[in-house]
Order: sequence, then C-alpha cells, then structure tokens
Amino acid sequence: MKYICLGYIDHDAFAAMSEAEQHAMIDACCAYDDELKANGHFIGGEGLQPPNTAMSLRYANGKVVVTDGPFAETKEQLGGIMILEARDLNHAVDLISKHPGAKYGPWEIRPAADLTEMVRESEARRAAKGKR
Amino acid sequence: MSAPAPTDLRARLDAIYRTEGGRVLATLIRLLGDFDRAEDAMQDAFNAALKRWPVEGIPHNPRAWLISAGRFKAIDAMRRRVRFDAAHEDIAQSLHGQEAAPAVDAGDELPDDRLKLIFTCCHPALAADASAALTLREVCGLTTEEIARAFLASAPTIAQRIVRAKAKIRDERIPYQVPSGPELPARMNAVLAVIYLLFNEGYAASSGASLTRTELSDEAIRLGRLVAELLPEPEVLGLLALMLLHESRRAARVGADGELVLLEQQDRSRWNQALIRDGIALVERALATRRFGPYTLQAAIAAVHAEARTADETDWRQISALYAALLAMQPSPVIELNRAAAVAMHEGPAAGLALIDALLARGELRNYHLAHAARADLLRRLERGADARAAYKEALQLTKSEPERRFLEKRLRELG
Repeated sequence: MKYICLGYIDHDAFAAMSEAEQHAMIDACCAYDDELKANGHFIGGEGLQPPNTAMSLRYANGKVVVTDGPFAETKEQLGGIMILEARDLNHAVDLISKHPGAKYGPWEIRPAADLTEMVRESEARRAAKGKR
Repeated sequence: MSAPAPTDLRARLDAIYRTEGGRVLATLIRLLGDFDRAEDAMQDAFNAALKRWPVEGIPHNPRAWLISAGRFKAIDAMRRRVRFDAAHEDIAQSLHGQEAAPAVDAGDELPDDRLKLIFTCCHPALAADASAALTLREVCGLTTEEIARAFLASAPTIAQRIVRAKAKIRDERIPYQVPSGPELPARMNAVLAVIYLLFNEGYAASSGASLTRTELSDEAIRLGRLVAELLPEPEVLGLLALMLLHESRRAARVGADGELVLLEQQDRSRWNQALIRDGIALVERALATRRFGPYTLQAAIAAVHAEARTADETDWRQISALYAALLAMQPSPVIELNRAAAVAMHEGPAAGLALIDALLARGELRNYHLAHAARADLLRRLERGADARAAYKEALQLTKSEPERRFLEKRLRELG
C-alpha cells in the first residue's frame, strides 16, 4: 500500500543549529532515504522550500484570491513529502520512526486513497453528458 | 524454476506472507535476537523476493530463502548504520561473525519459534486487546488495515495498540521464549484467553459485517491448532475442541431472516459433522489426561449437545453434572444459572426454579436479563401465568439487545 508521509520542520530551530549540526542532520536523512530507496519503499518525494516562498489561493466571492505566504502560520511547517510503499500502517510507522527527520519535527502518515472507482464514475457521468 | 509474471508474483508473495510470514519472523527473532530488527529484516526479505524472484524464479523452499535473505539484510542494515551510530558497532561485529556460517536452510528453523512468538505477543503484561491485534499481525500475517476491519475499529486505533504493545515488549524486555515450570500455566492462560477472545469476536457477530468477522474465528482456530500441535496441554486441546464445536453450528445459528436461532430450534442437519468429530475426539483426549480445566469442561458440554440428534435427546443429566464440575473449578453466578437451566430440563422446572430463586435471593444476577428470562420460562412451564408475565417484563426492562427484546415480547404475547 502507498502511504503519503508529510514531514514537518521548525525552520527557526533548524536555522539556529550550527553548520556542523545541520550537515549531520542532512547527511543522516539522505542516508536513510537511500536505504528506503534501496529497499523499494521510497516511491517518490520532494523537500519543500521554506514557507516564505509559498503562494496560497482560495475562492472567495466568486473569485480566486491569491495571497503570498503559507496557508497557515505555525511554528512547524511542512518541510517535505514522501510517498512510501509499505505493507500496512504499522510498517509505515516503523519505517518513518527510523527517519532521522523525526527527531526535528513531527510526521503525519496517511494512506493514499484509492480513487479508481470515483474516477470511473466521473468518466461515466462526463461521457453521458457528452452524448446528450 | 521458472520466472513468474509480476502480477502473479505479487499475489503469490502475499499468499506466502499470510502462510509463512509468522514462521519467517519467529525464526528471524531468534537468529537476530530482537523483535524490531527481525521485523525490518522480514520486510526487506520480502522486498528482495519481489525484485529477485521475477529473474531467478521462485525458490523451492521460499521460507528458507526468506529467512536467509532476512538475516543478510539485517547484517547489511547494521553495517550501514554503524557509520552514524557507534553504539551499533558491537552488534554489527557479532552479526558479521555469523556471516561465515553456512546459508540458512530449512533445518535452521525450529518448530517452537512460532510458539515463542505467540507467548511473546500474548504476554500478560500486555492488554488483551493489544495482544489480540499483535498476534493477528505478527503470527497470522494480517495487515493493520485487515485487523481494523475485523474489529470494526479504525486503522490508526489498531496501529496505536500495536505500536504500544511493541514498545512494551522492548521496554520491559519481555523475553522471547516459551515459559516453563511453574510459570507455564499462568502464561498459557493468557495465550488461551487471547485466542478465545479472537474467536468470540468473530463468532458473536451474526449479521452485517459477518464475512470479515468470520475471518477472526478462522484465525483463532488456526492458532488453536498450532498451539495444540506444538504444546498439546489438556486445556489447549479443550479450547480447540470448544471452538470447533461452536464453529460446527455456525450455519444453523442464523435463520433465513438473519435472526439468531436458539440451540433447541436449530436445524441439526446443518451442523458440520466433520468439525464435531474433531471436537469430540479432542475433548476425549483432554478429559483422559485428568488435568483438564474450564475450557475442556465447556467443550464437553458442547460435545453433549453435539451428540444429540434432536434437542429432546439431549443428555441433560450429564450436562448438569458437567456444569457442577465447572462450578467447582470456576465459581460464577452465570455458570450457576446455566446449571439451573440444565437441572430444570431433567429434574423438572420446579427444581430449576428453586436454584434460580436461591441465586437471586443472594443478590446475584438481579440485573442480568437472562436470569429473569430463564425464570420466566420455568414459571411459564409451571403454568404460573401471572408470575411468568412479571418475570418476562423484568427481563424486557433489562435487555439491551433488539433480537432478545423481540423474542421476549413474543413470549409475553403468547401468555395472553
């Protein structure tokens, strides 16, 4: 099963670390990612640039309103996402528990939703509309 | 050996996980000396199989292959981690030493590895529901999501129980072994209690999500057979017999309308005779040891019911004697109530009523609807209509179950 793992990080705390500490953390995370890749658990993932690089948009009064900055201002921000292949939820928890990143901020693990049926139904509806 | 198609291989590996996962894990725990490390190693071994079997073909002995691959994956993982954590160095060194040993073959697996795993998962320090979830995952190879469906719980709830149970095993250094000597009976009770809990979870559900629930009773029976094979203590045989005898009635327990059918009204031609034969043979084996306990006696009662071709042919005298023996071993007002019902069947309703009245006079079971329902039934048979009505009404007030309520209301209407 696929699990989407959202890794959070406190950017201020990271910035306050010494360069040596930062390097040690990054190296440990990369090495563990390599291990996940080697064992076929790492399906995909990206690190995110800091929240001040974000744009947010929402729909208000019939229009899309765009603002700069992240959707929510909190101390711990989304720092990266990973798509993990694991046997079950506990396996995903085990794999992420060993991620060195877990020492620096919380992770949220969610199973990927199987939308096959929803997409199939939607295709059928759209095809029916097209015929009319 | 031929290389299988990738989709076939996935299905095949899932099947191997279900049937062999518990054995592979159990042996890896012994070889690596650590629950968590063994779990990692097993997952890595299955991943390696997914990569290599399409090329190399499925090995003759997949289990031995997986154990061997798991062990070497664990050594690899330790070596990699040594670079970041000096604390692991000694462990990696000691594992490194084992590398020179010949590859693991089928003989490296000891039959009681799995028994040790069951005793670890069902340690009395763990809560029973946590043990149940852990056993299903580690011994039976079910996924967290499957366990959650079977227990009608959310996956994170079950995942949390498993995480906590594993942490407790680690923190309290629960040993990975089959207890011996004076420790065995208490530890065995914990194992049997977990197996019986699994069985009842699956058996009590009679409708709705019954399909997924049936799986729980099946797993409980599978575990019971496994423990009985490796450690044939009388109570293990007794519990297995009890489960088989209950299971034999599954098809007859639910009517066409989905309502529960009471034992007396069941269509006995729908009872599974093969399960009954196995169950009775096990009860006889357990009784012959003279070291049996409550599970065996309950199984013996179920066996007497199973041997009666019709409800009228039931040997109630024997059943009340078995209840008396059970009561001596395990005093309980509910067992007393059951005994009273059996006594009423062969000595007459007045004798049964006297026992129930004595029970209620002691203040026991006053809020237990079945005590009042049983009393009402005996009063009805004694043609004490007004008293029977009062007792049925009492039972109705106390019951929370909808089918039970319908049954009692029907009886009340019949009294006029």
